[in-house]
Amino acid sequence: MRITCPHCGERDVGEFAYYGDATKRRPDGSFELGAFLEYVYPRDNPAGRHRELWYHVGGCRGWLIANRDTRTHEIFGVETAHDRRAEGARNAVAANP
Amino acid sequence: MRYSAFSILSQALKGNTGWKPVWREPEPKAEYDVVIVGGGGHGLSTAYYLAKNHGLTNVAVVERGYIGSGNIGRNTTIIRSNYGEHGNIPFYEWSLKLWEGLEQDINYNAMVSQRGVLNLYHSDAQRDAAARRGNTMRMHGVDAELLDVEEVRKLVPNLNFDNARFPIYGGLFQPRGGTVRHDAVAWGYARAADTRGVDILQHCEVTGIRVENGHALGVETAKGFIKAKKIGLACAGRSSQVAAMAGLRLPIESHVLQAFVSEGVKPLIDTVITFGAGHFYISQSDKGGLVFGGNIDGYNSYAQRGNLPVIEEVMEEAVAMFPSIGRLRVLRHWGGLMDMSMDGSPIIDKTPIDNLYLNCGWCIGGFKATPASGWCFAHLIAQDASHEAAAAMRLDRFATGRLINESGTGAQPNLH
Repeated sequence: MRITCPHCGERDVGEFAYYGDATKRRPDGSFELGAFLEYVYPRDNPAGRHRELWYHVGGCRGWLIANRDTRTHEIFGVETAHDRRAEGARNAVAANP
Repeated sequence: MRYSAFSILSQALKGNTGWKPVWREPEPKAEYDVVIVGGGGHGLSTAYYLAKNHGLTNVAVVERGYIGSGNIGRNTTIIRSNYGEHGNIPFYEWSLKLWEGLEQDINYNAMVSQRGVLNLYHSDAQRDAAARRGNTMRMHGVDAELLDVEEVRKLVPNLNFDNARFPIYGGLFQPRGGTVRHDAVAWGYARAADTRGVDILQHCEVTGIRVENGHALGVETAKGFIKAKKIGLACAGRSSQVAAMAGLRLPIESHVLQAFVSEGVKPLIDTVITFGAGHFYISQSDKGGLVFGGNIDGYNSYAQRGNLPVIEEVMEEAVAMFPSIGRLRVLRHWGGLMDMSMDGSPIIDKTPIDNLYLNCGWCIGGFKATPASGWCFAHLIAQDASHEAAAAMRLDRFATGRLINESGTGAQPNLH
């Protein structure tokens, strides 16, 4: 498996560390137990497309989000988590101006 | 037909023309008392113990593929009970005791071989940890011996004892551990369950679970709807998908674990050895092939095949520990789907849905648990109460904080 880092180009998977499901969101500002349990434990664990976090530990040390098929290991795109977070912030502002 | 020396001899005289298939291939009935989803080792042993211990014989095991096609035929065949947590030790020791009597119980040669399991240690700190684990085991009535380097040398002379980075200081040895012929476990349990009336339905994929008002009513399958008074899920790496059919989300990620077999060689390793400075284990099959493996690849996968970095790591650990096997060729390697739970320990419990029971989360250690898993899951389904050996393996422990943190890595999914 090879991952195309937006900064470094196509690299061997051995350069990357896996950090799991990227759709999970830490319940910032909430201290409600149920929200944290939901964040930490259950997983959709799909057999198919999976948005997931990779850390390019052997390269640029960037946080990446890959869209990968867990049945075939085919990767359909990699973006930086930074861009994703910025997009999320813009959407939040747009929703609550 | 009951197997015995006499049956083998009489078949030999008849030119082996009288052997029959060891289980039937029935059509599904409209309704069963219990339907077990998943015809792997755990599902088959559950069905067997439902029939044997609880008198429930109107039972079906539904399997998407064929018997033996999943992890029961993909593991590295090791049995042991060298655990250190209160929720685990009695369970795995009960499993080892069941292995010890299994072949007589099911009248099937599963080649149970108690050749011992040796966990190497490579530092003073690891020796302390090994001593603590060994003492914990002995306090629970499990056999454990702390060996120094000379005792290990007598047991396995051809290890690399003087590795510059990871010299071998000794090992924690469990003499009653060993290996079992994994395929024979599936076939033996299937035959024993079938003999007691259990229907084994192969190539019968479950496509849905019918739930009304919080009660599970039956399963939709490739061969039509099957009504069931109780349903047990034992789906290993596919647990998340099958549970989702009933609207459940599990604390499980499916990962790929690779395993390897070398070409056959003369007797070289007569025990099971684990490397303490990494994650590597090795034994030798009766055919002569070295059977070995390491860690999971570390990312979600349903592919039943892995990638090269883990293969490289496993080979490095193999030759670091055993330099003399460096010229051997790897004959085969493959991958299996591991149902990795968030604390590294299994779940045998009821679900929020009535009549639906769950058995999953076996991570990379399901094979050794096969008999006790079936024993305890059958008890749960038949009695509607946890067996005492599996009482800690609850689904709600993630919410109550009663995790079974055997690997000592904390409740961090990242650390699978």
